[in-house]
Amino acid sequence: MALLSIPFTQQGAKINFQESFKQIMVPVAAMVLFLFAWELSASQIKTSLGLVPGPIEVSKQFSNLVTEHAEERDKAAAFYERQEKRNARKLAKNPDAKVKIRNYTGKPTFFDQILTSLVTVFSGFLIATIIAVPIGIISGLSQNFYTAINPIIQIFKPISPLAWLPIVTIIVSAVYVSSDPTFSKSFIISALTVTLCCMWPTLINTAVGVASVDKDLINVSKVLQLSSFTKVWKIVLPSAIPMIFTGLRLSIGIGWMVLIAAEMLAQNPGLGKFVWDEFQNGSSNSLGRIMVAVLAIGIIGFILDFLMLTLQRFISWDKTAVLR
Amino acid sequence: MTSPYLHIDHVTMNFPTPSGEFCALNDVNFVINKGEYISIIGHSGCGKSTVLNIIAGLLEASQGGIILENKEINGPGPERAVVFQNHSLMPWLSVYENVAIAVRRVFKGKKTKKEMHEWILHNLTLVHMDHALDKLPSEISGGMKQRVGIARALAMEPKVLLMDEPFGALDALTRSHMQESLMEIQEKLNNTIVMITHDVDEAVLLSDKIIMMSNGPAADIGQVLEIDLPRPRNRVRLANNPTYNHYRQEVLSFLYERQANPLSEKGKSEENSSPTSKQTSEETAETVEETAEAPAETTTSPDTASDNVTQLAPLDNSGKAA
Repeated sequence: MALLSIPFTQQGAKINFQESFKQIMVPVAAMVLFLFAWELSASQIKTSLGLVPGPIEVSKQFSNLVTEHAEERDKAAAFYERQEKRNARKLAKNPDAKVKIRNYTGKPTFFDQILTSLVTVFSGFLIATIIAVPIGIISGLSQNFYTAINPIIQIFKPISPLAWLPIVTIIVSAVYVSSDPTFSKSFIISALTVTLCCMWPTLINTAVGVASVDKDLINVSKVLQLSSFTKVWKIVLPSAIPMIFTGLRLSIGIGWMVLIAAEMLAQNPGLGKFVWDEFQNGSSNSLGRIMVAVLAIGIIGFILDFLMLTLQRFISWDKTAVLR
Repeated sequence: MTSPYLHIDHVTMNFPTPSGEFCALNDVNFVINKGEYISIIGHSGCGKSTVLNIIAGLLEASQGGIILENKEINGPGPERAVVFQNHSLMPWLSVYENVAIAVRRVFKGKKTKKEMHEWILHNLTLVHMDHALDKLPSEISGGMKQRVGIARALAMEPKVLLMDEPFGALDALTRSHMQESLMEIQEKLNNTIVMITHDVDEAVLLSDKIIMMSNGPAADIGQVLEIDLPRPRNRVRLANNPTYNHYRQEVLSFLYERQANPLSEKGKSEENSSPTSKQTSEETAETVEETAEAPAETTTSPDTASDNVTQLAPLDNSGKAA
C-alpha cells in the first residue's frame, strides 16, 4: 500500500529500503509488544467465566468460529440436497404434485452476522448520504436555508442511537406493515437508526465545504454567466468534494458504531446480537468469542474507513488525502 | 464629440456597515477609448478594486453607472472578462479544460467543436502555455497559472479586459516576463484593458493612461496622466529615457507626497482586508529609499533588489515560459 507509492530510484534505493523497513518494523514491534502485555495482564484477572482470554485463547476461539461456520454450511447444503431429492421423488410419482421449497433455518453463524451488519450499515449510510449531501449543498448555497435548519441540526446531532431506537422501532412497526416484506423489520429499524445518527457529519461538512468555495471561483462563474446547475456541478461540487468526503468518512465510522449498539439493544441480527448472545450465554468460551467479535468490529471499522479513503482518492481531484 | 467606448459615469459606492454607510468611492468619472490600455493606481484600500468590480458588474454602484458601447451594464458578463490576482483557475481542471470551460460557455452555438478546440489552443499558444495542456494548476508555477488565467480571459474575446493586480502575487523576475508577454499580446490584439496595479514601473511601462486615485474613504480620481511613449516599449532602453523618468516621477510624487500612505498616517485601524496589503507595504518600503520626504515608518525590509532585477530581466529571454 503505502510502500508501493514510495518512488524507487537506484540512487535512493538504499535509503528507501531502510525507510520501508522502518515503516513495517515499527508497527510490527508495537503490535508484538501489545500482544505480550495483553497475554500477561489477561492471565492475572479471574472472572466468573474463568480467566480473561489472552491472544492465544482468542485465536483458538476464532478458529472454532470458522469451523462452526463450515459445519453450518455443510448442514445447510445437506438440507437442500435432501429437499431436492424428496421433491424429485414426489414429482416422479405425481407430476402435478405441489412441491414446497423451504429455506434452511439454522442458527446464523458469526460470519453470517458480519455480513448482515455490513449490509445494514451500508444501507443506512447510503440513505444518510442521499439525504445529507443535497441538503448540505442547499444549506451551503443559501445562508437563509442554513439559518433555518441549523437549530434542527444542532438539536438532532447529539442524540444517542439508543434514544432513537424506541421511536424508530415503534414507528416502523406501525408504518411498515406488509404480508410479504422484502426487508425484515429489524433490518429497517437498524438501518434507519444508522441513518439518523450518521447523516449529520456529512450534512455539516458538505454545507461548510460548499459555503467555503473560493470567492474568486464564484466570481469566475458569475463572469461566465454559468447557469445555477452548471455552477453547482462544475464549480461548487468539485471544490466541496474533499470536505464532503471528510464528512462521509466520519459518517460511516459513526454509523458502524451506532449499528453495533442498536443491534445489541434491539436484538436485531448482526454482530451486536452475536456479542449480546455470547454475553447471555455465559459459557467458558464466551469471553473469548466476544473478544473475537470486538476485534472484528474494530478491523471492519478500519476497513470501512480505508474503503472511503480509496473512493475519495478515486473521485476527488485532490490526491493528497491521507489516512489519519 | 463621439460617445466614448467605456464610460465610468459618476460612480459612487457606499458599503453598509454596522456603524452606518461607508463611502468607498465618491463620484469617480472617466472615459476609456477603444484599444486603450488604462492603469488605475493608488494606495491599498483606496477603492481601486472596487472600481474594477463595478466595471465587471460584480458590485453594483450606489450611484452612477457604467456605459459600454452606449449600453448600461447590468451584472457581470463574459464581454468584460476579468483576470483575478490569484489566477482563480479551477484546481481540478487541466490547463486546457480551464480555458475550455470559458470557450464552451461563450461560443456555444457560434463555433463548432473543432473551431473551439483550435481557439483554445490558439489562446494558450498566445500566452506560451501550449506545452502544458494536460497539467493541473497545482503542477505549474505561479507565473504559468497567471498566463492560463490571461488566456482564459482573452479566449472570451472580451470588449474590455479587466485585470485586478494580475502580477501582484508574482516575484519580480516573473512579473517582468509577464509584462513583456502582455505587451506582445496587446500589440497583436489591441484590446481595451483596465488594469489595477500598485507597481509604478508597471503602470508607466504598460499603459496609455494612468488614473491615480486619492486615498479612501470617499476616494476619487486625483490625477490622470497620459503616457505618450512610442510602442513597442523596451524596459531597458526606457530606463534612461527622460520622458519615461518624468512620468515615473509624476506618479511617485502623487502617491508619496500628495497622497501619503494611509497606513502610516492612520495606523493600522483602516487596514483593509485586501490580500495585497502586504505587497503594497513592501512596495512602500522600496520607495521610502527613493523619496526622502516620505515617512520612514514601515518595518518591512527594503526590497531594493527587485528594482534592479526588473530592469535587467528582458535581456534573458530564455526563461520566458518558466
